[in-house]
This record gives sequence, structure tokens and C-alpha cells, in this order.
Amino acid sequence: MNPNLLSKLEILAESAKYDVSCASSGVTRAKTAGGIGNTAGWGICHSFTEDGRCVSLLKIMLTNYCIYDCAYCVNRRSNDVRRAAFSVEELVDLTLGFYRRNYIEGLFLSSGVINNPDYTMERLVGVARELRTTHRFNGYIHLKSIPGASEALVHEAGLYADRLSVNIEIATEKNLKLLAPEKNHESVFKPMEFIQQGMLENAELRKNAPKLRKFAPAGQSTQMIIGATDETDNQILHTTDMLYAKPGMKRVYYSGYIPVNTNDERLPMLRQPPLVREHRLYQADWLLRFYGFKVDEIVDDRYPNLELELDPKLSWALRHPEAFPVDVNTADYALLLRIPGVGVKSANTIVMARRFGKLGTADLKKIGVVMKKAQYFITCKELAIRTVHETSPEYVRRKLTGKKPDSSQLEIQFDW
Amino acid sequence: MIVFHYDKSFEGLLTAIFDAYLRKTFPHRLLLPDEPEPLFCEGTHTVITDPEKSERVWKSLEKKVDKNTLNMISYAWLSELPGADEVIFRYIRKTIDSPHSIATNFADDDVLQLRQIALKTSREKQRMIEFVRFQKTSDDTYFAAIEPDHNVLPLIITHFRDRYADQQFIIYDLKRNYGMYSDTRQVTEMSFTESELFDRGKVKDHLLAENEVLYQRLWKRYFKAITIRERINPKLHRQHLPRRYWKYLTEKDPE
Ligand code: SF4
Repeated sequence: MNPNLLSKLEILAESAKYDVSCASSGVTRAKTAGGIGNTAGWGICHSFTEDGRCVSLLKIMLTNYCIYDCAYCVNRRSNDVRRAAFSVEELVDLTLGFYRRNYIEGLFLSSGVINNPDYTMERLVGVARELRTTHRFNGYIHLKSIPGASEALVHEAGLYADRLSVNIEIATEKNLKLLAPEKNHESVFKPMEFIQQGMLENAELRKNAPKLRKFAPAGQSTQMIIGATDETDNQILHTTDMLYAKPGMKRVYYSGYIPVNTNDERLPMLRQPPLVREHRLYQADWLLRFYGFKVDEIVDDRYPNLELELDPKLSWALRHPEAFPVDVNTADYALLLRIPGVGVKSANTIVMARRFGKLGTADLKKIGVVMKKAQYFITCKELAIRTVHETSPEYVRRKLTGKKPDSSQLEIQFDW
Repeated sequence: MIVFHYDKSFEGLLTAIFDAYLRKTFPHRLLLPDEPEPLFCEGTHTVITDPEKSERVWKSLEKKVDKNTLNMISYAWLSELPGADEVIFRYIRKTIDSPHSIATNFADDDVLQLRQIALKTSREKQRMIEFVRFQKTSDDTYFAAIEPDHNVLPLIITHFRDRYADQQFIIYDLKRNYGMYSDTRQVTEMSFTESELFDRGKVKDHLLAENEVLYQRLWKRYFKAITIRERINPKLHRQHLPRRYWKYLTEKDPE
């Protein structure tokens, strides 16, 4: 094996690491005779980096050479960094070697743009093709679609990949153009549409040929960088909402800006990436997808930014005391989800458990409701004592923000 | 207080339930055959494990509860936690006595406890699926050692058999001294008589395949390279990756 492999791997993993998505969920595929691998629908993390992120896929770049010059990117052409490129064979061997040792669920491959978008895309697709056809690899494959790549190549990519992604990177087009002069929203939305079309056409074909391979069965995802430009959370979350309205858009990721290029005047000087804000955006994203919230309920022109010291659900509840208290023994599921301290899991458990008798505070605790928050917003078997009405939103806010949010203890924990 | 002695096998436990209904006395404690009885013991019974009786209990359970609940009972059993058998006993008894399913009555302590114990096993099962690391040996077998708190090997083997359908592998529980070997056609239980083969959970170097060390170095290098230094968070890291699993993780080995 090539002795440069170690340093190549190092360079190309380092250049890929800022892409936050590492999900391997969304597809369940059984093994095939003579093939290797399967995918488990729930997604598996095989390790965690020292920054606490899940390692599920071999997240790597085919090459970090790039003809573009995006201000927020380490790999931009004007940077003086170590460059490298894998051959198709090297990447295939690495993926299979890691997979067989249970290090990974599969491959997440992206690339800098070399020569032109199609040339690059053709090589990305080549790796996936080789894995799927020659090696009959059934593990997970996530391919980045290169902005500007032709429809034909995107369609071929979708036949091998479980997920495709195109990063929007910046929520507003004005700022995207400022930081990435070679890009605009069109160059992002076009490939997203190719992916949608591919999915639709494939679904049609599969009606008559159900054995046909599914096109990008785990759909598409995208990523926005937070805090490199001056967008408000209102602007960001409206872009999110617009993206989720697209068929097949499964996840929008948020990536707190890490100052990789410190000498660029277009970029802010940050001492530390905006991790708390990033966390709040993920929570708001969760409210949109699983809690039945509309984006305008979370942010609007009057409240353009998420509060940093409160989670967005609590923040909404304090702005809407008229919605409370909720009676946990009678309220429907949608209303239970609105209670701060009640997550999807506990809402489900409440609905099941209350059939056996009225629930009291002790039961709610056992079920996993965070009573510290919920107590101000509910009535149960016992009479409510100090809801947000008997006290006041200000009182509850003071009680619940006594401790300053500590970014080092942050964790993406959504059952709140 | 009434005490039953039994052999701490799952069939024995089911037989104990059968006996209890037959005798119309229900034990407060379940003990091993030679375990000393507590003071104030008003009655004892020694269960003789009987496949026919246990089968009948399981069958009647199958009629009454869904697959999920049956799984939960097996998971709770495999937890090997002290007292888990008594919880299972009471849970099955309540199920048999109740006209409708008690599975979601979480206000009942036994229902809640059974679920919590089963969850512990299930969580470790999940972790093992994530953290098992295979080392390729010179005879092309992929080998992984584990030492789980709960007896999860029977629960994870299907996952690996399906995933690595084309590769020979062994997953070995060092704590319970047994393993499962898959030769690509079938899985068989096995155990080593000598422990000469490994050193602290890893296969000894001279038994490894030629490029095994290279792959391990590549993985370690990769693991280091994808860490974002600006975001380092040791507490979160340890929470997701508890220290007691580190010795199996190639990436946590010093280079
Ligand atoms: S095109 Fe991609 S790799 Fe190239 S500079 Fe822009 S973000 Fe970086």
C-alpha cells in the first residue's frame, strides 16, 4: 500500500471535517447474497470525536484542490494549505477496510472542484459506482453534489448514493455572493431540483419495476454556516422552512462559523464559534419538524433572534401564558407537546399511561417529564400550585435562567 | 416470607412461575439452591427446572402479550442484574392475573422497573453494535473481544451476521468466556480453552494479518484529523464514549 496514504488521509479528513452532517440514518437495506454490508434505519455512531460529535461515516474529500475561492472555506484556492488527492482505488480500499472492522457505517464523500464541476462530479460518482457494482457494497453512501454538475451525473449519483447533499452555506443570497463570488442561490437550488426530479422520476419507474434501485432513498440534506454573516435567526429559520418545503429534504444542518481564514476582512473576528446559538437553532429546527410549530411562532420581526438563555419552546411559552396551564390528563397530544419539559417521548408515554388512571406529579417524573420546567405550565391530579398565571412569565423566566448557559456543557438533547 | 430456590436459568424461572400457580404460594424472594434463607422464612420450595412446564408458561405468555413485551422480558433476563428475576416473576404474574395488558401501566412499579432494566440491556446492546472493533487475523478471520456488563452477545450477533455475511468473524465475551463464530454460512457458539491469543482484549500482534496494523494506524490518524479543536468538549466526549469501553476502541489506543 502507498506509504503516502497516512498523510493523504490526514489532509483530506481535515479538509472535510467542517461539514457537520454525519448521519447514516433513513435507510434500511438488507444484505444481499455475495455482497457486504447492510444499513440500519436508525443510524449508528461508531465513535465520538473529542468535540463530542458522532463518527458514523468515513467523512472525507476526494481532493482538496479547488478552483473556487469561497471565503469561509479552508480549501479555497487562495489559501496556502497542504493539498492531496485520492485515487478511486485508494478510497474504495479504505472504505471497505474500515467497514469490515466495524469502524464506520459507510462513506461520506465530497470534493473540491477540479477542472470543472462535471469532471469532479464524474470522479465522485466513480467511487460510488465502484463500491456498489464491483464490490457489491451495501453500506451507506452519502455524496456531495458539486454545484454546477450536470443533471445526468446527479441522476447517476442518486442511483448509487443513499443521500445526496448540496450545501446552501449562507442563508441569504446577497451574503452568499459576498463570500463566494462564484456561487449564487441558483447554483445551489439547481442541483437540489435535479435531486428532486431524480426522486420523482424514479418513484414513477418503480411503480412498474419495484426491484429497481431506489434513488437516494435517504433523501437530501443541506448545511448553513451560522455567524459568518449578519443574518438574523428569523432569516435563517425562514430559509430552513423554505428548504423543508422541498420534497425529499430531510435535514438542514447548522454549523457555527469557525474562523478558518482569519485574514479576510469580509469575515467577523470571533473568539469562539457561536455554539449556543447553533444549539438553539437545532432546537428550533426540531420544533418545526416534530412539535408542530410554525416558523412564525418561533421567530418574527418583533423577535428576530432566538433567546440564548432559554430554549425556543420555553421562550414561546413565556410569550403565550394564555395557552396554559394544560391539563395533562385530558389535553390532546399536540397540546402536550407544547408544554416546556415535555418531549415527544414523554408526550407519547403520557397518552398511554393516563388510560390506567389519572396521573400525578410523581407519575410525570417517572415518565421523564422535566418537572423543573413543566410545573409552571400544567395541572394534573394534584391542583396546580404556581403556574405561570399565579406567578408571572417574568418570575418563571428568572427561576429558570438562574444558571448562566454554559457552552462547554452543551449537548444536542432534544427531549425537552 | 416465602422463598423459592431455583437454578438461575430462564427455564428455571418459568418453571418457578408454573410451580407457584400450582402450589398457590408465591415467593417473595428467588434464591440459588445453596443460598442461605433469610430469617423469618415461612416456607420454601425448591424448583426443579422442567422444560415442559417452562414451555407452557411461555406459550400462555405469548398468547397474552405482544412481541415487544416478550422481547422486554428476554432483555431484562439477559441484564443479569441482581433482582431482575424477581421483577420478571412479578411482572409475569401480574400479566397472567390481569384481564387486559399491563404493558403500558407505568404507574405500576414492576412495569416501570422491567422496562428500565430491559432498557439498560438494550442500551448496552446498541453500544456494543457501535463499539465492537474487529482485528483481522492472519487466517482471514475478523476477531473482536467484548466484556459487556449485560449478556448482550446473543442480541448483537444477528446484526453482525447480516452485515458481514461474506466474512468469517468471531465476537468473544471475555467476561463470560464464550463467543460466536460465523463462517459465512452459519453461526456457532464456541469457547477458547487457552487465553494465549489475546492481550487485554486485543489479539496478540504476531497473529494479525499483514496490513492490520496499517489499517489501525489509518483509523487512528483519521479519528484525530476530524476533531475540530475549536469545539473540544471532553465532558461530552466521555458521556458519549464512556471510559470503560476505551480499551476496545482502536482510536483510543495511544499511537
Ligand atoms: S467550492 Fe467548496 S471546496 Fe471549493 S472553496 Fe468553495 S466551499 Fe471550498
